Amino acid sequence: MSQDIYVVIEHLRGQIADISYVLCAAARQLAAASGGKVVGVLLGHNVQNLAQDVAVDRLLVMDDPQLADFIPDRYQQALAALIGAQAPRVTLFGDTSIGAELAGGLSVQLGWPLVSYCRSVRADDGRLMYVSQLCGGKVMAEGEIPAPSALVAMVPGGFQAEQGKSAQPPPVETVAPTAVAGGRIALKQYIEPESGDVDISKEAILVSVGRGIQNADNIEMVRELAEALGGVVSASRPVVDQGWLPTTRLVGKSGKRVKPRLYLALGISGAPEHAEAITDSQTIIAVNTDASAPIFDIARYGTTLDLFDLVPALTEKVRQAKQ
Amino acid sequence: MHIVVPVKLVPDLVEELVIDPSGCALDADTLRLQLNEFDGHAIEQAILLKEGGGGQVTVIAPDLEGVDDVLYTAAAKGADRLIKLCGSFGQSVNNHAIARVVAEVIKPLQPDLVLTGVQSHSDLDGSMGPLLAGYLGLPYVGYVAGVTLGDGRATVRKEYPGGLVAELEVTLPAVLGIQAADQPPRYVAFTRIRQAMKTSTIEEQTVAALDTSGGPAVARMYKPEVAARATMLDGKPDEVAAQLVALFRELGVL
Repeated sequence: MSQDIYVVIEHLRGQIADISYVLCAAARQLAAASGGKVVGVLLGHNVQNLAQDVAVDRLLVMDDPQLADFIPDRYQQALAALIGAQAPRVTLFGDTSIGAELAGGLSVQLGWPLVSYCRSVRADDGRLMYVSQLCGGKVMAEGEIPAPSALVAMVPGGFQAEQGKSAQPPPVETVAPTAVAGGRIALKQYIEPESGDVDISKEAILVSVGRGIQNADNIEMVRELAEALGGVVSASRPVVDQGWLPTTRLVGKSGKRVKPRLYLALGISGAPEHAEAITDSQTIIAVNTDASAPIFDIARYGTTLDLFDLVPALTEKVRQAKQ
Repeated sequence: MHIVVPVKLVPDLVEELVIDPSGCALDADTLRLQLNEFDGHAIEQAILLKEGGGGQVTVIAPDLEGVDDVLYTAAAKGADRLIKLCGSFGQSVNNHAIARVVAEVIKPLQPDLVLTGVQSHSDLDGSMGPLLAGYLGLPYVGYVAGVTLGDGRATVRKEYPGGLVAELEVTLPAVLGIQAADQPPRYVAFTRIRQAMKTSTIEEQTVAALDTSGGPAVARMYKPEVAARATMLDGKPDEVAAQLVALFRELGVL
């Protein structure tokens, strides 16, 4: 058992995920209280030079051709051997399509408690505390990170990625690959995102629709507004799941991060998975009949008018203004 | 092909959430529960697979308010077997506890495939899928949008941020965390649900004492304090539209 804080560095196809830096920033706070070091863990193949700017005291690299791509069961076995032997006080993961399933599997395999949806951490009288966001960001829960060893899966929002970066490359220690058994999961191929459509991450004006749009026919009204503004239509998850707009228009955790000058959110509640992807927008304006919707916590301006009343009026006014 | 879908009931976020007097849980009396949205996709995916290649779908849910409706609705959509877990599923019960008892119920069913929603908004101790896979000793892939079956294997499309998809092949039996079914969950008319109430049976299984180890204790629950809330624009649609146009000009987008 140690007082160290481990960070599982997440990367996909040669790119360190932003959440990894957020984890490093959180780990620094925890390590200051626990008296341990911040230790990065990087699994992959030919990744020695990948994590030059992560703010960790040392970086453990397990390089193995078997780990070239994220294969859940292989990664879990490799990590179980590595952190199981070290028993750090806390191991941090991204609460993502990679980290969330590793953390869950390891919680059962190692018998260590797991805290999910963790947005922030702090020390309280020497105790390490988690702060998690539940119910789509409407409720916060906090408590002690269970001892002696626990796993924590973090969402963005509590720390800036910049806080977890360092100009000094960390000292690297190579860890011997652990033999990976046959495994029951294999990668067949990657399927690239559809191209040919607009790239919403590069658009300056996004008119974005959520569940509040109610049905496919109502998208047209929003398209007219977007056109009048010279922008494009994007959407939150429920709209894409219903097939009303293509995946290329999806803003959120499983879609794209966007950074427009104007993000007009129509009938979007602002669940964390969506909110985290729009925080780089210059101005967010939200329209939602639910005054308690979390979207109003991140929007600069808002209204609780019904979007079906507002959008036609707004389209008209925008057209007039342009004449 | 036997597909088992264990589902969760979670607070309906449209309702006002109230913290109870203990200050570390939601007030059970004012809480309205509903099927976890992603579990709805898991049920749909199971039924689509059954329709495509035959088989049996079993849906399992803990005995909480509204559970019968959830189970009968699943039957109306095409689920064959409904199991209600009876025990004290109070608010302190976490996913580790539910996954342990659900695993015990699932083992004798010997499913080929277990589908769960990839997450729910109240998963403080991790989502159900990987925990369940751990207790069952089965492989797990989450964030799945697209499943095809064949030759003792499932070919799944796992979603990554930015729209990248990894096509993975998983040896069955396995647990999958469904992000989105191949088609949106179907609508069933109330008359069909009422018919299912007459023709289907809900089997009740009493579960062992719930063991919550593996999740954190909650010392305090509260509504987030907001640093800066949006400036609200009031008025009739025309008036608000005019204010917005002025704002657009100020922002330089018009």
